[in-house]
Amino acid sequence: MLRYLLKRLILMIPMLLGITLISFAVIHLAPGEPDVVGAEMNPKVTKQMREQIRSLYGLDKPLYTQYYMWLKRFVKLDFGTSFTPDRRPVIDKIKERLPITISINFLSMILIFFIGIPIGVYCARYKDSIMDKAFTTFVFAGYAMPYFWLALLLMMFFGVYLELLPISGLKSFNYDELSAVGKILDMLKHLILPVCVSAFGGLAGISRYMKNGLLEVLRQEYITTAYAKGLPESMVLKKHALRNALLPVITILGFSVPGLIGGSVIFETIFAIPGMGQLFYMSVMSRDYPTIMGILVIGAFLTLLGNLLADLFYAIADPRIRIG
Amino acid sequence: MTLRKAFVLLILLLFLVTCGPKKEQGFYDDPGKPAYGDTMITASIGEASCLIPILASDSASHEIAGYVYNGLVKLDKNLNIVGDLAESWDISKDNLTFTFHLKKGVKWHDGKPFTAHDVMYTYKVIIDPKTPTPYSSDFREVKEAKVIDDYTFQVTYNKPFAPSLISWGTSMLPKHLLEGKDITKSSLIRKPVGTGPYVFKEWISGDRVVLIANDTHFEGKPFIARHVIKVIPDSATMFLELKNNAIDSMSLTPLQFTKQTNYPAFKREFNRFQYLSFTYVYFGYNLKHQFFKDKRVRQAISHAINKQEIIDGILLGQGIEATGPYKPDMWVYNKNVKKYEYSKEKALVLLKEAGFEKGPDGMLSKDGKPLEFTILVNQGNDVRIRCAELIQQRFKDIGISVKIRVVEWASFINEFIDKRNFEAVILGWTISSSDPDIYDVWHSSKQGSKELNFMSFENKEVDELLVKARHTFDKNERKRYYDRIQEILAEEQPYTFLFIPYANLAIHKRFKGIEPAPAGISYNIFTWYVPEEQRRYKSNVAISP
Repeated sequence: MLRYLLKRLILMIPMLLGITLISFAVIHLAPGEPDVVGAEMNPKVTKQMREQIRSLYGLDKPLYTQYYMWLKRFVKLDFGTSFTPDRRPVIDKIKERLPITISINFLSMILIFFIGIPIGVYCARYKDSIMDKAFTTFVFAGYAMPYFWLALLLMMFFGVYLELLPISGLKSFNYDELSAVGKILDMLKHLILPVCVSAFGGLAGISRYMKNGLLEVLRQEYITTAYAKGLPESMVLKKHALRNALLPVITILGFSVPGLIGGSVIFETIFAIPGMGQLFYMSVMSRDYPTIMGILVIGAFLTLLGNLLADLFYAIADPRIRIG
Repeated sequence: MTLRKAFVLLILLLFLVTCGPKKEQGFYDDPGKPAYGDTMITASIGEASCLIPILASDSASHEIAGYVYNGLVKLDKNLNIVGDLAESWDISKDNLTFTFHLKKGVKWHDGKPFTAHDVMYTYKVIIDPKTPTPYSSDFREVKEAKVIDDYTFQVTYNKPFAPSLISWGTSMLPKHLLEGKDITKSSLIRKPVGTGPYVFKEWISGDRVVLIANDTHFEGKPFIARHVIKVIPDSATMFLELKNNAIDSMSLTPLQFTKQTNYPAFKREFNRFQYLSFTYVYFGYNLKHQFFKDKRVRQAISHAINKQEIIDGILLGQGIEATGPYKPDMWVYNKNVKKYEYSKEKALVLLKEAGFEKGPDGMLSKDGKPLEFTILVNQGNDVRIRCAELIQQRFKDIGISVKIRVVEWASFINEFIDKRNFEAVILGWTISSSDPDIYDVWHSSKQGSKELNFMSFENKEVDELLVKARHTFDKNERKRYYDRIQEILAEEQPYTFLFIPYANLAIHKRFKGIEPAPAGISYNIFTWYVPEEQRRYKSNVAISP
């Protein structure tokens, strides 16, 4: 087991290097230059000043030198400083936004699992009933609906017409003046819409997995045996069927690890949530290479780690595929 | 079941916390008396990047810096240069030396006095090659700068240069906090210290910047006690927040102005203001193109474009026709230039003179070459794309076949404009509010890569006039030069000047003392006030530092 783990971890290194190389090449292939070099079409910015700024940021060097310099810092786990004029370390920028994105994604994931799994179970148990069809329509509507549109409608309804929920942001304007309970309530109020909207889109996947998984298990002979023993239906479902049907969910969990830190751009933009998606989008738009690389590398690392974790947990949960 | 109960409870609770009193009709109509207090909340699409303005090139940073810092000079509501940190200034007879007399008793936000040494430091740091600033070009013309005494600062230039006076409107930086340190690593980038009417309080990344009134400001404490600039990256969300009264001001699109805010409940809460923005949109030609070399073709196209239709149809009436590179309420504007009214007949006559004949299919051609070209527009600018579509239709009417190509901004500049790889473009310029100098766009020497005369305009007389005008300080004499330049541009039509849009702004009605002027609206923001009985944010908790 330990050897397997070690092997997988070592294999991750060349993979990660390859990812950084490709990412670095691709982001430099895009036309345009970092915003710091000077706004395009600005009469105040002369050519000479552009050159000067370019050399201050090391952008005048050939691409392979730039990559080498980046790599040299990266092996020391230093992501460098951002190309925005505030010159803050990339890691600080990410640290500041990571908790927000993670908590929203985490909450919405919990919501997805807590609503999606029961829907899936219900749909499998009462297959082809009217409620099954209604639930299926509901989750697919959520999957198919452009959520920026849904978000705007909900904001309009709950925010402007009912004046029930705040429209955007994470904290009220007078957050500092609230009591401790008020602060929590305030945050919760701000989180309701974003978490619900983002969870709505994810229901389809998990409930479908759950339904199909359960249906397959229900066809197995040991289920027939369980029924034949005269066990009550709830017992059969809970004890025998559900446990086995939940196995693929572990894989999905593993795959959702990188998703936890990747915020959605459109979503965060609409709700004015200062999360990772926004940071990434803004960095791309201003060609802030160090920040883009930082986020990509962390994302790549978490994807690899997520896959590994999924494999490991699978092995722990399912004796059939345990590795020696 | 318990979960459901908890949820119902939560919803009920939310109902309770969000109840608020509604104001009656006319509550905000009373102008009241000026009073200190209240908070103004505005929103910005992008987040500020850096609050040392010489290092930042984004408008969000400069807007906030405008509250925190002062320059030596500034523009008044009619765009005249007046003193800010400078009490007065003398210009020597040869126009080469400026002597600034600084206001006495001005203090930095940390209590230290502001002196000529700070001005000297600011100048030195701007021209320092290690400072990554895009704004040093004006200051590189300085031959000598010296501190005469604590309150007198003198600069001498190599040659007289009219735009140099307003360049001293740049934000003055505190020497005592910055000298000897690397400015790019200074803490002032996130916590600025200036002399301005507002003191920086906090910056929550990605969320908001909070400023509070400076009690000891040399022009008096501003009435509005606190100013909050929130980041709301989506304009639809921002508009909902405005309707919800969560932000106090926002600039409106033509559609929002004419349709979506034109109902009583909105007008009860908000005043809407309108003034000419400092931008114009133009239809530009590649003057090296075989057809566009001929002035008559350009004039014909100007006649073939229906500007009023563009303004009515796309801007919903929120703009005026442009005739040149300035807007009508500026002193430099020349209203007696040649105008090109919409006329198919005139366009056809001019094209015929230029040698174009209508073929059997109704399309124009010259020596077998059909008059067809591509209009290049940048992605994301809906107004320009729709302009191109209207223009395409009008051209088709007279037999010009036009294609439209929409390109992402970075490749638009790098692959097409910089490489002169275009036939016609629709683009816009910002009109400088500080100085009418347009040398960079129109002088024939500015045709290099990344320079702004990308349509390759060359006119000897314009070249001479541009140089004379930027070396002349006398306003009347300068105006004569610029008048002539505008006449030539109108005759030559190197661009077809399309329109100047209005800036539309909604501001909450409790703010009084707002007067739109040629300089825009925010020039007197520090004298806006909220009468005491109309105050919304009464709490002072967050105001005390």
